[in-house]
Amino acid sequence: MSGPSFVDQLKQKFGGLITGANLENIDPWIEVAPEGIVEVCTYLRDEPSLAFDYCNSVTAVDYLHIDEKKAAKSEWQPHLEVVYHLFSMQHKHSLVLKVIVPRWSGEPGVLPEVPSVAGVWSTADWHERECFDLIGVHFTGHPNLRRILCPEDWVGHPLRKDYEMPLEYHGIRGR
Amino acid sequence: MATVDDPRTIEFDVRTDEMLVNMGPQHPSTHGVLRLVLRTDGEVVSEITPHIGYLHRCAEKIGENLTPRQWIPYTDRMDYLAAMNMNLGWALTVEKLLKYGPPEKGRHLRVIISELGRIASHLVGMGAYGLDLGTFSPFLYAFREREKILDLFEEACGARLTYSYLTVGGATADLPPGWLQKCEAFLDELEPIVDEYHALLTTNAIFIKRTAGIGVMPQEMAIDFGTSGPVLRGSGVDHDLRRDGEETYTAMYDGYAFEVIVQKNGHYPKDHDYPAVPTEAVLGDCWHRFYVRMLELVQSIDLVRQAIDRYSRSEGSYGEPMKLNQKLPKGEVYLETEAPRGQMGFYIVSNGEAIPWRVRARSSSFCNLSVAPELCRSCLIADVPAIVGSLDIVMGEIDR
Repeated sequence: MSGPSFVDQLKQKFGGLITGANLENIDPWIEVAPEGIVEVCTYLRDEPSLAFDYCNSVTAVDYLHIDEKKAAKSEWQPHLEVVYHLFSMQHKHSLVLKVIVPRWSGEPGVLPEVPSVAGVWSTADWHERECFDLIGVHFTGHPNLRRILCPEDWVGHPLRKDYEMPLEYHGIRGR
Repeated sequence: MATVDDPRTIEFDVRTDEMLVNMGPQHPSTHGVLRLVLRTDGEVVSEITPHIGYLHRCAEKIGENLTPRQWIPYTDRMDYLAAMNMNLGWALTVEKLLKYGPPEKGRHLRVIISELGRIASHLVGMGAYGLDLGTFSPFLYAFREREKILDLFEEACGARLTYSYLTVGGATADLPPGWLQKCEAFLDELEPIVDEYHALLTTNAIFIKRTAGIGVMPQEMAIDFGTSGPVLRGSGVDHDLRRDGEETYTAMYDGYAFEVIVQKNGHYPKDHDYPAVPTEAVLGDCWHRFYVRMLELVQSIDLVRQAIDRYSRSEGSYGEPMKLNQKLPKGEVYLETEAPRGQMGFYIVSNGEAIPWRVRARSSSFCNLSVAPELCRSCLIADVPAIVGSLDIVMGEIDR
């Protein structure tokens, strides 16, 4: 657990691709630009002094206030954060990466795109599928981006804050 | 030429068509509602595709609408064979965010309960694996002992499957009077019985034939696919969160004597008399995954004994549960704990309200199952239950 020391190393190596960091949080995180995530992750895995060979989890968080009053007071604009939790078996240290993308790419309904890291860690394969299924992030370059927990003909992404449960699904009442 | 011994050697003048076979979702050896689509060529499986989600309840969405203590019953229903360990994982994650933990007595209580949970879970893992391979008796033996653990749990918290016992800040109640004696009596009873399990399965010639050298997973693959628990250690990776995890979790085991069960330099830790590794077994195969579970079972007996000793010597309270609607500090935390099936992780994002903004459960079985297609490549149909069973998955945890 030494997040701060990684930031300088990554900034030196990747410059503008490292868009920010939060070192005050209990688990410090580093923000990476979407176009650089595969490059940064490959480096994190292959650099012997870092050796992040184990990917714990890939997930995303939807930031959107449904309540307009709360939205007006909010410190952030609506967006999605894709979160990567990494660990090194050799050095026993961990790291949190974040990729911040808009909720929709362009017009509403078009999923935002983040390059897939399934080629870096095989764990990410299923985790990205789950993330696509439940939160609606399109992982470009993923070998098999299908829904994994919901049925294949399910509409919408349940973990979005503005998701509404369908009224019926194949004759089953939804709500 | 095809030989009787090895059907994988295919005679060239025999042409078979590829066939898609559905195994599950209600197949007895898929451990719940898992559907595997097998692409087979005669007896040889060329590809398996797991289809999951039959138990999906979107527990994470529910977690966004409940306070942390209200969500504890939902963690019970994830790995329902080790519900105590699920409670513990979630409680520790919230404690990491709140930056407080249970007092000394609560800490030892948690070790007793969670290690008993591990014993119960590994017993089912062992029994059900016997079922997968076509022998019924070990299952009955395992459930006979598991029943006694459930009785102990019932006495402590009133429930037999979904406990909601360990909670943020400690536990919901202290252990009742006389409980420790009953627990010790049970451990004394269980310890010699483990030899029976070894005789039934571990050293059984048929069992060895069905598992040794089957589904071999190299170290690199185990790490690459994010497997954890006995599946990871069965491949010889020396990693156990009880020793290597974050401070929040390892503090619980502070001062406890135990060795990580993993084969190092060709040897398993030698603190008990275990049956020898058969010559046919290869590190990372089904037999080793099973064996690690069996050794962990014995180790947990020892850990519970140590914890009982410490618990009975510690004074004061077992912990003050957090208030039901207490506001959470702003921030986000992720914590993984060593549940019986592997590393169970919880992730909380809090925006300063009593209800978390986002809750996520990282399931160990989910990652462990994701390696199955890789392990089952060009194996025999009969080996599919052996391989999937050796991963010891629980669908409630995968589908959440």
